[in-house]
Amino acid sequence: MKRFLFSLILFFTWQPALFAELTIEITEGVEGALPIAVVPFSWQGKGAPPVDIAEVISADLQRSGRFKSLPREDMLARPTSVDLVEFKDWRALGIENLVVGQVQAHGAGGYQIQFQLLDVFRGEQLTGYSIPTTAPNLRNTAHRIADLIYEKLLGVPGAFATRVAYITSTKLAEGESSIKLKIADADGYNPETIVTSTEPLMSPAWSPDGQRIAYVSFEGGQSAIYVQGVYTGTRQKVTSFKGINGAPAWSPDGRKLALTLSKGGNPDIYVYDLTTRKLKTITRHYAIDTEPAWSPDGRSIVFTSDRGGRPQIYRVSAHGGKAQRVTYQNSYNARASFSPDGKLLTLVTREEGKYRIAVQDLESGVMQVLSQGSLDESPSFAPNGSMVIYASKSGYRGVLAAVSVDGRVRQRLALQEGDVREPVWSPFNK
Amino acid sequence: MKKVQILWVPVLLTLLLAGCSSTPTGDQAGAEVSEQSTGADGSTAGASTSAASQGGEWQGDPLENPNSLLATRVIYFDFDQSTVRAEYLDVIQAHADYLAANPQAVVRLEGHADEKGTREYNLGLGENRANSVRSLMLAQGVSDNQLVVVSYGEERPAAFEHNEESWALNRRVELIY
Repeated sequence: MKRFLFSLILFFTWQPALFAELTIEITEGVEGALPIAVVPFSWQGKGAPPVDIAEVISADLQRSGRFKSLPREDMLARPTSVDLVEFKDWRALGIENLVVGQVQAHGAGGYQIQFQLLDVFRGEQLTGYSIPTTAPNLRNTAHRIADLIYEKLLGVPGAFATRVAYITSTKLAEGESSIKLKIADADGYNPETIVTSTEPLMSPAWSPDGQRIAYVSFEGGQSAIYVQGVYTGTRQKVTSFKGINGAPAWSPDGRKLALTLSKGGNPDIYVYDLTTRKLKTITRHYAIDTEPAWSPDGRSIVFTSDRGGRPQIYRVSAHGGKAQRVTYQNSYNARASFSPDGKLLTLVTREEGKYRIAVQDLESGVMQVLSQGSLDESPSFAPNGSMVIYASKSGYRGVLAAVSVDGRVRQRLALQEGDVREPVWSPFNK
Repeated sequence: MKKVQILWVPVLLTLLLAGCSSTPTGDQAGAEVSEQSTGADGSTAGASTSAASQGGEWQGDPLENPNSLLATRVIYFDFDQSTVRAEYLDVIQAHADYLAANPQAVVRLEGHADEKGTREYNLGLGENRANSVRSLMLAQGVSDNQLVVVSYGEERPAAFEHNEESWALNRRVELIY
């Protein structure tokens, strides 16, 4: 009995560290959010259900800031299919949409998940699916259901079944650190380490198909750019010129990398063709030119340059040529990247001595500051353009944070221990 | 008035240190000389001779002399600046002289930045700082192949607090022989 109790305690204390290295809390938002209820799914199988599917869906929707999930204890009934629903009871609770479903064990290690999204006021089904899945994919299937619900109700695809890459640093004894490049589900679960080093790792970048990550590693005593298969683990050294090899950015067709090299004496932007291995010079200036990012149509590249005295964002044709300045507000603007629709840039700006995340509308030139920290950096758009994830400081630790593009919803993703930085949101899973 | 006093402190400290450490030289010098003689080539022997000529106080490799300007291996920079501050010109001169006199010696100039601003831009800033030191050394007769520039940007901080003191300690170039 004692042993049983001990293993029970062990199980519960282990669980968060094992499955959710990043814990997410919504710090602000949910005003004007759509009221929704995700009723616990019924379970047909042996023992306890392996994953609480309804809980994962409910948490995803809540986290987006666009939905307000009804807590389970406030549910008057727990129907698991449309014919068991008393719509008037849910109307009385002010719920607009209801999700009901079932999970069935299906063969060896297989599961069948059925769900229905219901319009409470009209008393009808909006959508419904029956999805086969397996034990390791149960959470992912739940995220995909949340994506379907999000898209059906908001008209924009959800980005819950995506991943985030980030760098962690844990201090070892005597000034040594263990630096890791990790990837996790967008809700912080299932973290996996794909690179470990005692030397700095920087600037992870997902390929457009989500299969590869480019990054900077100092493992050879100086910087070099690598491209690694996310699911194969094999990698290739792309550049290791004398000086800086930094800031890799994939072209939208996945065939080229824009990057920063200082082999010409100071940092300039180049484009490296991964197939022909040819390098093309994009900028040639005595200032620091760095942090390139492609426009979604692949025709232009924005980058940071201090050619005007202070770092600002410039835009140049992907074939090179004359660069045009893009940012004029504030004396420091850096590390810009495009929203998926190409209409916005997210960047780091300095405002009253504080480094914060902003978005700039490319057409109007209007900049809106989204974050509230003083050392915020590395903004990255969600693939559906709804949120920006970035790195912030909380006390002595680096943490990740996310904010909706309108600045209304904020959340913090804290690592259990150590420092976390440089988050990059994956593209949609294909 | 206060400034003047502060300026005197390092000078006094140097003088004090110079007085203290003149005694234990013999032992260390012996170790250094034996190491150098194993090299058995002309240029190394020449280097130890020039070291001995520093007034008989220090007979080893001048790099090991704690009283020498060569003992200063970190050069600090102002915020967002990569211009070497005037107070470090003598230090860089001393290192340049040493390198010019020891053509086989190689120094790694590691440029660093504080955590403010973006990481890749800071990589560029760190490199600019290391290049400022490199340019001064080249102008003083050091050969290009004796200098290796590496920038770590803000990736390898020397101090970890998020305040002005730490930031000042992190804006630096480290000279590593």
